[in-house]
Amino acid sequence: MMSPSPPGVALAIARHTALEAWRNRLLWLLLLAAAGAVALGAFLDQLALTESRQLQAAVLAALLRLAAVFLIAAFVVTSMLREAADKGLELLLALPVPRYVYLLGKLAGFAALAVLPAALFGALALLLAPAAQALLWSASLLCELWIVAAFSLLCAVSLRQALPALAAAGAFYLLARLIALLQLLGQGPGATRGPSQRLFNLLLDGIALLLPHLESFTRTEWLLYQTGSAAALVPIVAQTAIFVSLMAVAALFDLYRKNL
Amino acid sequence: MASPGTKSASLPAAPPALRWLLALTLLLQIGWQAGHRPAPPHAEDLPPPPALATLQLASLDEPLALSRLAMLYVQGFDEQAGLSIAWRQMDYGRLRAWLARALELDPRSQYPLLAASEVYGAVNDPARVRLMLDFVYARFAEDPNRRWPWLAHAALVAKHRLHDLPLARTYARALRLQAGAPEVPPWARELEAFILEDMNEREAARVLIGGLIQSGQITDPHELAFLARRLEALGAPPAQPPREP
Repeated sequence: MMSPSPPGVALAIARHTALEAWRNRLLWLLLLAAAGAVALGAFLDQLALTESRQLQAAVLAALLRLAAVFLIAAFVVTSMLREAADKGLELLLALPVPRYVYLLGKLAGFAALAVLPAALFGALALLLAPAAQALLWSASLLCELWIVAAFSLLCAVSLRQALPALAAAGAFYLLARLIALLQLLGQGPGATRGPSQRLFNLLLDGIALLLPHLESFTRTEWLLYQTGSAAALVPIVAQTAIFVSLMAVAALFDLYRKNL
Repeated sequence: MASPGTKSASLPAAPPALRWLLALTLLLQIGWQAGHRPAPPHAEDLPPPPALATLQLASLDEPLALSRLAMLYVQGFDEQAGLSIAWRQMDYGRLRAWLARALELDPRSQYPLLAASEVYGAVNDPARVRLMLDFVYARFAEDPNRRWPWLAHAALVAKHRLHDLPLARTYARALRLQAGAPEVPPWARELEAFILEDMNEREAARVLIGGLIQSGQITDPHELAFLARRLEALGAPPAQPPREP
């Protein structure tokens, strides 16, 4: 009997990952998040004196972005760790399947899953902004979710515990969203100029080199003021490709070092 | 949490004592809340706004959403826990600081300026009105072509409610000199002339209207005819409209 080809195995793993998401009711959770955000937006819309549509769009975009990131990160971490706890990983690796096939299969499955919130929330954005801007926002959200999924995968493989992995993913996301602002504050006119501040700024600059700058991703202003253009997507896609590759290689590095 | 494919234990399978305990704790919770009387409502002062950097960090890089939520928060101080707070009782210094913060978070938002000009500027207290109008004037220069409606409204408030024609003229002058985009309607730029008329400065009004016609800023023929009539009424010979290039 012929053993299946590595791409075939990776595809089967990806399909299994998507099936697991379906069984975990990820779609329902996403729909619930969308309904909650729409309801809150509609409620705030009633309170606003002016710019009610912008208020709705801003709140909806901010909430949906956070909800999508949280659900994808939580799913990646819990899925990876459940598989490890069920000895599914050991079983898979006992087969004549290289480890990279397993990891890339999982990553492909998570990447395919991320299309779900990006498309669903992008469709909601269509109600509040012109189609081109909503599409741009949705594509950028997809890239952001791929980055979060790749980092969460690395955390799950390396830390092997749900709480530390989720905490690390959360901290990474916060830092990636705020790093540019922190750098700005550190170098701003209000900052002190002592040696400790200089050291802190150096540290921030170092961290900033390692992180994807998510502040330029999924901009709410695209929906509010239609300031986005297709050109904005180029650096986003490039950064996503680089960072997801880095995370995949780092996770592989860790996976190959492990004695299962 | 139950793992996929398994069902959680149904209630009849649970020990009877546990069911009683569940009912008891549920009743305890309901009883606690039913017996808990909320504190009588009392008005709270609007606190000073946090620093801009703090708000930017707290917004998780969503300043546009936070700007609007900050406005709703400020609005909420009018109606607190069943109490309606009169604007006269609000600390307008803090209110101004909050409006400024909301505008700094999203400089393209019109919400803080509308609130200052048309909502909080409607208070029946000239000192507070002036504070709001001054806020609108101070922030107008940052983006005149977007913010002109609020300064125009401020000029009208200064003229008709405060009866402070010099202040109204200051605002109208800023409008004429700074709001030069084609989308700004001519009447906004002409406001100064009408205020000068009210100030009995007919000569200045004549010069201004004549200048407006000559400058080519006004292109609508009806508008030009109207200004020419005003000029005639002020006792000057009709000014020649600018020649077509």
